[in-house]
Amino acid sequence: MGRHVIRRLLQMIPVFIGSTFLIFLLVYALGDPVAALFGDKAPDPATAARIRQDLHLDQPLWRQYLHYMAQIFRGDFGTAFNGRPVLELMADAFPVTLRLTLVAVAVEVVAGIAFGVISGLRRGRPLDTGLLVLTLVVVSVPTFVSGYLLQFLLGVKWGWVRPSVSFDATFAELLLPGVVLALVSLAYVTRLTRTAVAENARADYVRTAVAKGLPRRRVVTHHILRNSLIPVVTFIGADVGALMGGAIVTERIFNIHGVGYQLYQGILRNNAPTVVGFVTVLVIVFLLANLLVDLGYAVLDPRIRHA
Amino acid sequence: MLLDVQDLRVEFRTRDGIARAVNGVSYGVDAGETLAVLGESGSGKSVTAQAVMGILDTPPGRITGGRILFRGRDLLTLPEDARRAVRGAEMAMVFQDALSALNPVLTVGDQLAEMFTVHRGMSRRDARARAVELMDRVRIPAARQRAGQYPHQFSGGMRQRIMIAMAIALEPALIIADEPTTALDVTVQAQVMDLLAELRRETGTALVLITHDLGVVADVADRIAVMYAGRIVETAPVHDLYRAPAHPYTRGLLDSIPRLDRKGRELYAIKGLPPGLTALPAGCAFHPRCPRARDLCRTDEPPLFPVAGEGQVAGAGGDGRGAGDGGEARRAWDAGGAGGRRSACHFWRETLDDADISAAV
Amino acid sequence: MPEPYENPNEAVAPTGAGGAMDLAAGEARSLTAPERPASPVPGEPGITAPEGTGAPAGPAPGEPGGRPRSLRTDAWHQLRRNPVFLLSALLILFLVLISLWPQLIAGGDPLRCDLERSQEGSAPGHPFGYDTQGCDVYTRTVYGARASLTVGICATVGAALLGGLLGGAAGFFGGWWDALLSRIADVFFGIPVVLGGLVFLSVVTSDTVWPVVGFIVLLGWPQVARIARGSVLTAKEHDYVQAARALGAGPGRTLLRHVAPNAVAPVIVVATIALGTYIALEATLSFLGVGLRPPTVSWGIDISNAAPQIRNAPHMLLWPAGALSVTVLAFIMLGDAVRDALDPKLA
Repeated sequence: MGRHVIRRLLQMIPVFIGSTFLIFLLVYALGDPVAALFGDKAPDPATAARIRQDLHLDQPLWRQYLHYMAQIFRGDFGTAFNGRPVLELMADAFPVTLRLTLVAVAVEVVAGIAFGVISGLRRGRPLDTGLLVLTLVVVSVPTFVSGYLLQFLLGVKWGWVRPSVSFDATFAELLLPGVVLALVSLAYVTRLTRTAVAENARADYVRTAVAKGLPRRRVVTHHILRNSLIPVVTFIGADVGALMGGAIVTERIFNIHGVGYQLYQGILRNNAPTVVGFVTVLVIVFLLANLLVDLGYAVLDPRIRHA
Repeated sequence: MLLDVQDLRVEFRTRDGIARAVNGVSYGVDAGETLAVLGESGSGKSVTAQAVMGILDTPPGRITGGRILFRGRDLLTLPEDARRAVRGAEMAMVFQDALSALNPVLTVGDQLAEMFTVHRGMSRRDARARAVELMDRVRIPAARQRAGQYPHQFSGGMRQRIMIAMAIALEPALIIADEPTTALDVTVQAQVMDLLAELRRETGTALVLITHDLGVVADVADRIAVMYAGRIVETAPVHDLYRAPAHPYTRGLLDSIPRLDRKGRELYAIKGLPPGLTALPAGCAFHPRCPRARDLCRTDEPPLFPVAGEGQVAGAGGDGRGAGDGGEARRAWDAGGAGGRRSACHFWRETLDDADISAAV
Repeated sequence: MPEPYENPNEAVAPTGAGGAMDLAAGEARSLTAPERPASPVPGEPGITAPEGTGAPAGPAPGEPGGRPRSLRTDAWHQLRRNPVFLLSALLILFLVLISLWPQLIAGGDPLRCDLERSQEGSAPGHPFGYDTQGCDVYTRTVYGARASLTVGICATVGAALLGGLLGGAAGFFGGWWDALLSRIADVFFGIPVVLGGLVFLSVVTSDTVWPVVGFIVLLGWPQVARIARGSVLTAKEHDYVQAARALGAGPGRTLLRHVAPNAVAPVIVVATIALGTYIALEATLSFLGVGLRPPTVSWGIDISNAAPQIRNAPHMLLWPAGALSVTVLAFIMLGDAVRDALDPKLA
């Protein structure tokens, strides 16, 4: 088990370096951060050269990257377009997005697994077919469409919720955005659970459990569900990273000042430290989530634990 | 009678039509008796057992007729709760592949203890202690430690012992063992079979042993029922059947066993393949493969004829086991045949007579 | 027994694209899972061995009507009877037609707008009404199919070819090539797709579809590669492939004759479903302002423009959004139906 964790951690190092370097490359090589600093004005060549030197922009790209990473690991993410340290922006933005993600994950877990179990236990019946079609429809409607639609219907037309989120972004306010963010993954969790439940329900050990005279409820919770949750937990864990990264669309629709908002501003203003800093943190979150999933996987499935 | 299956019929809906897996099977098992159900894969022997246990996959499976009397109650009309209380406690099942039949993510101790917590309402601690006792009883070494392990950490033979422990946990009146040794190595097969027979003797449990292995049957069974294409084609006390089969299919099966005393000769093989269950042949289902088939066999489905004569001789004759203590007209449906012998062949008499010739050849 | 969800060689789960792409991969993955031993229930003759060579439980070969069916013809027979498949196939055919010849059903010019008619509702000859610029929403919705389908199809072909070849090679040859490829795929999975798109496409200034296609291929191929690698690995382990190798078949022949035909089905499924999600991705990027740009007519752009006016004129948003959703749905349903047909386990 210990060796397993260490091996995984080691495997993640090249992924981390690769992903961050790729982003770094895109931002620094394709854009011109100095020109962006000056906006529409033409920069004074001497000033530009000085800034370039300050930011190590005159050095080869890999040196810049190393320099940048060294800074990051000292906790220095650079300065954002409005003069605030990127770290401060992060301190504001990440808790908001984290709350949004938590709401989304909760929705995914509760609703997705419930629908999936219901559907999987009634494989082939009308309810199952209906839910399956519904999941495909939900997957097909892009987040920005379902977001505006739900915002319009629930927020504007029927007035059930506030259509936009205040600066505090409390959990209650984030309920609708959380649902919107979760929708596509929710559909997928439903399908994943359904497949796993339907497959496990036909497994030999479930037949054994029935032959043991266990009540139906116990067969479902102790035997079918326990086995079916393994792939689901794997997906949900790994999805946390994707949700945080994908929150950009939801945050734009509901005007939430989270990670997506800051990133969007950073990209619009071509502010390299903001973009690379936020993306780097997101990549770290994503990799950590994957690591946790991996450990969770081993906890849930003894066959892996003892392999 | 403990278990009395009467004219059971099971169908499966498939893409290719209705597959009639069980077409009017009747058999009975007395308390303490061992009945071997013999047949190829697809003959309906497992489906019959699943119908008895109430673990048939429905859909696609469906019981379309018959009765399953267990201790006088018809299980098929019992409410689900009462049926569930019977499963595991009064009748239990041992499955073929213990690796897939045990839950991979629960410890074997938990899976055994579950029997006691659910059926007997025991506390988890007591149930756990009973689980360890059971593992001791099926001779799993270091039972206390191994109770905390998972199925994949056991060898095939040990896993099958756990299955057996699970089956005997609540001392049921009937155990159905569905090919319990097929998935095991030959050396382990014997150990597991011996264990099963020994526990059965100790507890006085009745046993329905489903198998396609004629060798296993001879040692442990009192009676044999041979199945083909969803029907019982012959039923007899074990030694009578071995001595002189009264159905050409049984003959074929016996003749296709390799025997040391016939070394060097070509092995007999029943020609052709078992029929598809969606399109059973008319008349006797075995007729396309039967060396003895005549026109009658192609049109008339043979009922289970009582077999007299040879069987009677064998029953009266001295081996003392077969018909002697097992078969004396206990069942209403088989009262006709001496020693309870029956055969679903129009020409059972001729087949019976052939036995001597075959032995001489 | 559930198949392990991810290959132990993969450091990260392929979820950078979220649930939709995982749908594609998940559906395809179930095809690459090793076949389980035949069902212990003997009464299921319909579920024959995948090659249909007359499993004992099935209709006996030689019997009248018991003609052995190959997986492919079997799948085709099943597809033709599947209403979901027929519906989605017809829909896709229609979409392809109108993206080739939009003037067939829309006579107007999507770029000719009349500001006086800004945000007006439906009128005779203009069933969907007008958008903020006063352009005809119906015409723009019809013309929007072209951009979406072009991006979707080109990106899918690119990702499937690149991913299929690289992943297939990695699975077949193994060794350092496989290790390298798996790590590279991990790197791409580590980048959240929409963010990557924002960063990458915000610096591109071309107004053709090609940067978007290129970006989707760049982030899409690892997904296909992983599936292709997995299915090649599974196919390689089949007994008949081992037998062919034991009989002296060279690697080229083994790959082409035995492995590739069996490994290609999951790639087709993942590609079909991915096509739908790529269309959605293009629309999302266009919505964020970094995908396609005007004057290209794109549902994403139109939805983005219509969004601030949703309270006044919801029709401007609903029509292109509906068209987009139906298009994505058609491809996902097609992939789903194909998957069902190819999956002997769930037949």
